[in-house]
Amino acid sequence: MALAHGLARRGRSVTVLDEGDVAHRASRGNFALIWVQGKGLALPAYADWTVRAATLWDDFAAEIGELTGVDIAYARRGGFHVCFNEAELAERARRLSRLQTQLAAAPVCEVLDRSAIKDRLPAVGPEVVGGTYCPADGHVNALRLFNALHEAAEVQGIRYVPNAAVSEISPRARGVSIQTKLGNIHAHTVVLAAGLGNARLAPMVGLDAPVRPQRGQIMVTEKVAPFLDYPLSTIRQTDEGGVMIGDSQEEVGFDSGNSSRVLGAIAARAVRTFPLLAQARVVRSWGALRVMSKDGYPIYDRSTSVPDAYLVTCHSGVTLAPIHAKVLAHHIADGTWPDDFMPFSAGRFGNVPQVG
Amino acid sequence: MFRRLGESVERYGLVVDGCRVAAVPGDTVATALLLAGMKPFRRTIKSAAPRSPYCGMGVCFDCLVTIDGIANRQACMEPVRDGMRIGTGAGAPDLTEGREA
Repeated sequence: MALAHGLARRGRSVTVLDEGDVAHRASRGNFALIWVQGKGLALPAYADWTVRAATLWDDFAAEIGELTGVDIAYARRGGFHVCFNEAELAERARRLSRLQTQLAAAPVCEVLDRSAIKDRLPAVGPEVVGGTYCPADGHVNALRLFNALHEAAEVQGIRYVPNAAVSEISPRARGVSIQTKLGNIHAHTVVLAAGLGNARLAPMVGLDAPVRPQRGQIMVTEKVAPFLDYPLSTIRQTDEGGVMIGDSQEEVGFDSGNSSRVLGAIAARAVRTFPLLAQARVVRSWGALRVMSKDGYPIYDRSTSVPDAYLVTCHSGVTLAPIHAKVLAHHIADGTWPDDFMPFSAGRFGNVPQVG
Repeated sequence: MFRRLGESVERYGLVVDGCRVAAVPGDTVATALLLAGMKPFRRTIKSAAPRSPYCGMGVCFDCLVTIDGIANRQACMEPVRDGMRIGTGAGAPDLTEGREA
């Protein structure tokens, strides 16, 4: 939806074909962080890209708010990651400093000892020895963002078509013909942004999208009085008071269920972080499937065999939403594809995209 | 507004916001409170909008009340017990002050 928003802003007439409510929708189940801290060590271009995305969030949130009047509870005051022992803290500090030296414009992360952490997160428990803070991190209300992007689509005249699973994409003399459950549509440009569905769709335009589901489990507590001013990598208090706690990284295929074993471990860690959470009752829990590439980074590609066919897939859809809308979508709308995007091509996995 | 179908014996006594309310074994807390004309059950934390039971089946979390000192209980899911103490209108519990488990 962020891409559709960006394309429409650039004057393109946009139709969104959506699979429907059966879809594995990361945008509904995610943890809602805008997160930069520690990302991109193996792909410097991504470290830079994600920092730019976070910075663009200020404008993007304002734009969506003005268009729709929906309050997405955007807050970017920085985020924390806490550690339970000195070795873990030292390792994390080392990684962050390596990342810092790689980047031209890196946000200055701080490594904090216990007393410094306690100043800003007064509720931390005795087992927390320290942690790291990155001023670029933040969070939103993910469900309201989902709603706001749909509202914004309507305001901008984007045609949203649910229950239109795509079965075939065929190149035509000009553009492509897309066969859906509801009939065929013709488009000048096609952007595959179907998350896990891209693995199936990519070959139809001569591309490759090696993505797999990776499950994360999340729980949310009853609404409690505010006690946490900043998001942590795995715990955040929402604008409405509920505390979201995540997350696991499980390779279980397309099973988006949850399990008490994993949730118990997640809860135990949360209580070690903030002992007062032991008193909070959990009201809901769920599993959601991340869209994971082999290295965890996004895949952006333009087809060489089918003109004006693009592929966009990523984990971190919340963090990257503004840069997808304001940078990636603009290049797609204009038909330009800068070299900056080359590091994000699926070609990096060593598979030459099939020409077909 | 609500009335019982047929005869029933109100054998239980609840204390709701300090007042005595009669109930029948098998009632939920929500049933007893609605019959007593109690509304709203609470106000929302952010905008203080009034809320009462909506779904009546444990999904919407609009009927939250304090039961025997524990806030945020779903009135529609809790069977009455004799002598239960119920508070309406409470906001979000403050975990930093501790609460009875």
